[in-house]
Amino acid sequence: MKIVVCIKQVPDTAEVKLDPKTNTLIREGVPSIINHDDKAGLEAALRLREQCGGTVSALCMGPPQAEGALREALAMGVDEAYLLSAREFGGSDTYATATIIAAALRKIGFDLIITGRQAIDGDTAQVGPQIAEQLHIPQVSYAEELRAEGDSMIVKRQFEDCSHLLKVATPCLITALSELNEPRYMSVGGIVDAYEKEITVWGFEDLKEAFNPDWIGLQGSPTNVFQSFGKQLRAPGVVLNSLSADEAVEAIMQRLIQRHLI
Amino acid sequence: MSKDIFVVVEQRGGAVQKVSIELIGEASRLAADLGEEVTAVLLGHQIADRAQALIQYGASRVLVIDHPVLEHYTTEPYVKAVTHVIKTYDPNIMLFGATSIGRDMAPRVAGRVHTGLTADCTRLDVDVAKYQEYLRTSTSLSLQPERIDSLDTSDRYLKMTRPAFGGNVMATIVCRKYSPQMATVRPGVMEMPQRDPARTGEVVAVDAGLTMEDQNVTILDVAGNDKKVVDITEAKVLVSGGRGVGGPEGYEPLRALAAELGGEVSSSRIGVDSGWIEKNRQVGQTGKTVHPGLYIACGISGAIQHLAGMEDSEFIIAINRDETCPMMKIADLGIVGDLKVIIPKLTEAIKAYKAGQVI
Repeated sequence: MKIVVCIKQVPDTAEVKLDPKTNTLIREGVPSIINHDDKAGLEAALRLREQCGGTVSALCMGPPQAEGALREALAMGVDEAYLLSAREFGGSDTYATATIIAAALRKIGFDLIITGRQAIDGDTAQVGPQIAEQLHIPQVSYAEELRAEGDSMIVKRQFEDCSHLLKVATPCLITALSELNEPRYMSVGGIVDAYEKEITVWGFEDLKEAFNPDWIGLQGSPTNVFQSFGKQLRAPGVVLNSLSADEAVEAIMQRLIQRHLI
Repeated sequence: MSKDIFVVVEQRGGAVQKVSIELIGEASRLAADLGEEVTAVLLGHQIADRAQALIQYGASRVLVIDHPVLEHYTTEPYVKAVTHVIKTYDPNIMLFGATSIGRDMAPRVAGRVHTGLTADCTRLDVDVAKYQEYLRTSTSLSLQPERIDSLDTSDRYLKMTRPAFGGNVMATIVCRKYSPQMATVRPGVMEMPQRDPARTGEVVAVDAGLTMEDQNVTILDVAGNDKKVVDITEAKVLVSGGRGVGGPEGYEPLRALAAELGGEVSSSRIGVDSGWIEKNRQVGQTGKTVHPGLYIACGISGAIQHLAGMEDSEFIIAINRDETCPMMKIADLGIVGDLKVIIPKLTEAIKAYKAGQVI
């Protein structure tokens, strides 16, 4: 089975802060990581390879430094890595991103594509399904369990109130939840290998025959950012320090009664 | 010319989901600004009798697509049906709930008809004056009024506002070149409309050309459908625990307090990630957005991702040992102290108060 895992390098959003003066994100010094759901996708692919054989490729679209995410994937044990990077790809929304990635996937070839459900920076969960749409293959999103059965995949698909056990024939696309597994650490041998392996870098010229150039990048994106800003935090209330527990309870009770909450 | 606001209604096992009613309410407000009407799109099997309720909540028309292949949600038949509706009726705007179904279906529909889609919106505007008012009163742009005043007030595009970067920043997205303008909207964010039993409207049965073969996955099993799921977004009071509760047993006193207040227990991410409490009780960017009348944050420091999910609560009480934590900065009442002592005493005090005693 030929498995391709799409990964994204994201800023660790827990560390991102908004500059209150300029309303812009402070990204300096914020570590970049492989998106959590995508890393679970990598782990799932490696386990499938252990069971059924085949190959695992990692694919990442991003600026040149996104190579770091692919080196980590190689160190975890993937066989080959592709970086899609070009100025023309910048500013792509989910539709345009899916257009570029789908073009690359057609060139690479696949039986199974795994993406993360969503990235922690954009939180859209749209790129996976939109890749599947462009490739005209079935998708199963929100996968919390996954195994192969012949040429099909058996997937436990999570909903808010229940789950479905689904069987889907390959080729197909599955979006992984981070609950799917506990990703392995990079091995020492893997890290050494990771820096010896070639990463295939594809730019605009390499892919332009495989997509409609009018449908990528900032210009080709159906959606655009109109405004961006920070939220205004609510007005601060009262903070009571050095009360005894009884005094604290009394202070809370006062408010609850006053506001008819009890 | 594209016209009207379409809401794709989500039903599970025949039960229309609350988010869909919220969306009909929001669509009605937008429709009033646009001088257009609201169409609800109801998909499923043997669900046509739900149409009247959708009209009573504000839809002028309900398109019913009833087919056995729609009994359980799978992607392709639903995408095909909604795509058929778009091709036939040419909506101006189409809204979905940002649920595990809406977020599976909508991107694929947007891809198929080649339009834009904005995920997980928390605010929608057509009218620029209302949007400007929002920017002035609720955002950091209030410090840069020139960026608000310079907006073109004749703009009638849908302005779709959503959090990004884990709630650190808000972005308003537009889709000007293609239609429909599509968005998924977070459950629990938009206001529920009033039901008016006297409202009338049109119910149209639509044949989307579905067949059983459209289902390109096989459902082997459906699990957990009967279990009663707690919906914390509906609770009037939430007693929420974070790192400070210390472990699964730390939620016990919180449960007792919540029971006394007629509320539910919720959690920050740490409690869920540590396996202390179920995922469906998580508040925040990766959990649920809540705005109860009372939110008691117990041992929650208030990471921005958590605040994004609860800061619109009407009254917030924070109990924490750390006086400097972000939760203290947004709480209406912050108590610096040991929640393990304070919570049980508070529960007792409420019991005593309810029993008519004076504390």
